[in-house]
Amino acid sequence: MLKVDDAVVRYGAITALHGVSFEVNEGEIVTLLGANGAGKSTTLRMLSGLHAPTEGRITFNGEDITRVKAHSFSKLGISHVPEGRRIFPQMTVEENLEMGAFGRRGSYSDDIDRMYGIFPILKERRKQLGGNLSGGEQQMLAIGRALMARPTLLLLDEPSMGLAPMIVDTIFRIIGEIRDSGTTVLVVEQNAAQALRLADRGYVMENGVIAFSDEAENLLHDPRVRAVYLGESID
Amino acid sequence: MIKQWLGSPLARRVGTTTALAVLLMVMTGPSGSTSQPTAGFVQSFSERSSFFGLFVTQRWLVWAALALIVSALIRVAKWLKSDYAEMVAIPGRLARSAQAPFQTKKPVRFGTYGVLMIVAILLPVFVTDGFWQQSLVEQVAIFVLLALGLNVVVGFAGLLDLGFVAFYAIGAYATAWVTGALPAAAPFGVHLDPFWAIPIAIAIAMASGVLLGIPTLRLRGDYLAIVTLGFGEIVTIFLNNEYGITGGSTGSHQVPHFTFHVGPIKYAWGLGPVPYYYLTLGFVVLFLIIFSRLEHSRVGRSWTAIREDEVAAESIGINPLKYKVMAFAIGAASAGFAGVMTAAQTNFLSPQTFLLSFSINILVLVIFGGMGSIIGVVCGALLVQVVSTWMDHYTPFGFQSQDLYMYLGAILVAMMIFRPAGLIPARRRKREIAMSEAGEGHMDEMLTGDTP
Repeated sequence: MLKVDDAVVRYGAITALHGVSFEVNEGEIVTLLGANGAGKSTTLRMLSGLHAPTEGRITFNGEDITRVKAHSFSKLGISHVPEGRRIFPQMTVEENLEMGAFGRRGSYSDDIDRMYGIFPILKERRKQLGGNLSGGEQQMLAIGRALMARPTLLLLDEPSMGLAPMIVDTIFRIIGEIRDSGTTVLVVEQNAAQALRLADRGYVMENGVIAFSDEAENLLHDPRVRAVYLGESID
Repeated sequence: MIKQWLGSPLARRVGTTTALAVLLMVMTGPSGSTSQPTAGFVQSFSERSSFFGLFVTQRWLVWAALALIVSALIRVAKWLKSDYAEMVAIPGRLARSAQAPFQTKKPVRFGTYGVLMIVAILLPVFVTDGFWQQSLVEQVAIFVLLALGLNVVVGFAGLLDLGFVAFYAIGAYATAWVTGALPAAAPFGVHLDPFWAIPIAIAIAMASGVLLGIPTLRLRGDYLAIVTLGFGEIVTIFLNNEYGITGGSTGSHQVPHFTFHVGPIKYAWGLGPVPYYYLTLGFVVLFLIIFSRLEHSRVGRSWTAIREDEVAAESIGINPLKYKVMAFAIGAASAGFAGVMTAAQTNFLSPQTFLLSFSINILVLVIFGGMGSIIGVVCGALLVQVVSTWMDHYTPFGFQSQDLYMYLGAILVAMMIFRPAGLIPARRRKREIAMSEAGEGHMDEMLTGDTP
C-alpha cells in the first residue's frame, strides 16, 4: 500500500534521514520505533508532505506521491494525526470533527455519529471547546478528526505522548479497532512495548536509518530493541 | 495603616491613573525649545485650558479630573461585573457559554439592520454642517471600508498586515492612471470615467494582493508583519520617486469626479460630499454583506482553522497558502475601493497620504473594534474616527492634532488591559482570549497564526 524507497531528508546541511526504506501493507498496523532523534518524526513529516525528501521515492497504491503537498494528502486517503494532537483549541469538539471532513465533498453527519460511537466521551463533550479537553480526550478528538476524512491509511505520531497509562491502553485498543474496521495504520511511537503488542510489524530506526525490522512479536523479545532505547550500540 | 492602603488595589489604580494623567498632560503641553529645554515641562503645569467647556483652569486639573472619572468608571464597570469579566474569571463557564445562542432571532436582527440602514441613509439630512458631511465621507466611511478590509486579513485569517495602506494607495493611483490623471499614459489611451475605474481599481488592488501574497504568505507571524511593512514602504517610496509614472511627491491634482452616463440616465458627482456619501454607503453595505457571508462559509472556516493551527489545518486538507492569499486579495478589494473614493472625491493624490502611520491607524480601528467581529470593527471605526475628527476640528481642552497617535496608542494600551478582545468581541476571539487568560492555549499563537 505505502512504500518508501531510499528516502533522504535534509534540513539544510544536516541529513536527518539517510536512505530510509519500508513499506506498509493493506490491513496492517505497522509501528516505527526508535529513540529521540532517530528520525521517526522526520519520517512522518515526510509522509505527510510537510518536508519533501531530497532523494528517494514514496508510492501509495502504486502512485508516486513523493512531491505531493501536505494539504493534498487527505484527498489521497492518507490522514495524519500530528504530534502533540494539534486540535483546534477554540472550536468545539463537534466543529473539530466537522473540520476533519473539510477535504472531501458530501455529507458528514453519519461520520460524526460514527466517531461518537467509537469515542463516546466525545459525544458527552461535543459542545465543549477542544482546548478545554483533557490530553486523552484531545488525542481521541485528533484521531476522530483524522478519521472524518475516511482515510485508507492513518498516520499516528506519538499517540501516547504525555498521557496516563490507562488512557494509553484505551487509545491503543481503539487503534486496533480502527484497523479491524478496515483502515491501515502506521504508528510512530516511543512507547515500544505498547506499540509492539498492538502492531503486526515493526521497524526500528537509529540515526536516520532503519536499523532492523521484524514481526512485532519477535521484536518484543528482541534485546536489540532494548539496546536502541538505552543508547547501547547494536552488534 | 498607610502601608496597607498603599498596597491596596485601589491605591495602585489611583496611582497608575494619576501617573498616566501627568504623562499625558506633559506630552500634550507646550513644547520646549533648545534655549529653554525645560520650558515645555514647566509650562505644562501652569498652562490654562477650559475645564470641559465650563470654566478655565490649570490644564493639569483637567487631566486629573479625567483620570479620576476614568478610574471611577472602571470601578463601576467592575462592580457591575459584565458577563465578559465573569467569563474570564470562571473558565468553567466557557463551556456553557459556548452552548448559549450567540445570534439573536432573525426578525429582530433584520429589524435592527433596517433601522441602522435608515439612520445611515437619513444621516446627511440631519448632519447639515458642511464640515461634518465632508468628514462623514473622508474620515468615517472610507475608514470603515478600510477597517472592514483589514479585518478580513487580521481578524479572520489571523495575518498581521502592517502595510495595508499599500492597497489603498494602489486603488487610488490605479484610478488616477485609468482616468489619465498621471504622467503615465492611460491604458490604450482611453481616459475612463472614475466610476468605471471602480472595478478596474478593485481588480488591480486584488491582483497586487495576490502578487504580494504568493511569495510572502509562506511566512508566519512576525516575519509576515515585517514583510508587509516593507511592502507598504516600497509602494510609498515608489510613488514618491517615480516622477515620470506617478507624478512623484506632488502627485496628481486632476482626478475627475465620478460621472455616470448610460443611455438616458445621467448623473454627475460634483463637489458636494453627500452623493459620495451615498455611493460609499452602498459599497460599505455591499462589503458588509459579502464579508459576513464569507465569515460563515467554507472559506471562513478555513481561515479560522488556519488561524488556530496551521499544521492541523494542512493535515485536514486545507491549503493554507491558497486561503491566506484569498484573504489578502479580498481585504485588498475594499481598500482598493476606498482608494477610488478618495481619489475621485478629493481630485488629489499624494504619496504623503499613504504612510505607515495610516496602516497603523487602520489596525488600531480593527483592534479597538474587535478583531474578527464585523459589527465591532464598524462600531470601532465609527467611534474612533468621529471622536478624532471632532477633536481635530474643535480642539477641545488643548488638543493638538500631532498628538492624535499618542491618544490612539493610549486607547490601545487601555483596550489591551481592560478589553483585549475589543469593543464588541467576535464570539470566537472572545473565547480565545478568555481561554488564554485561564491558561488554556496561547493568545499569541492565535494573534499571529504562529505556532511553536
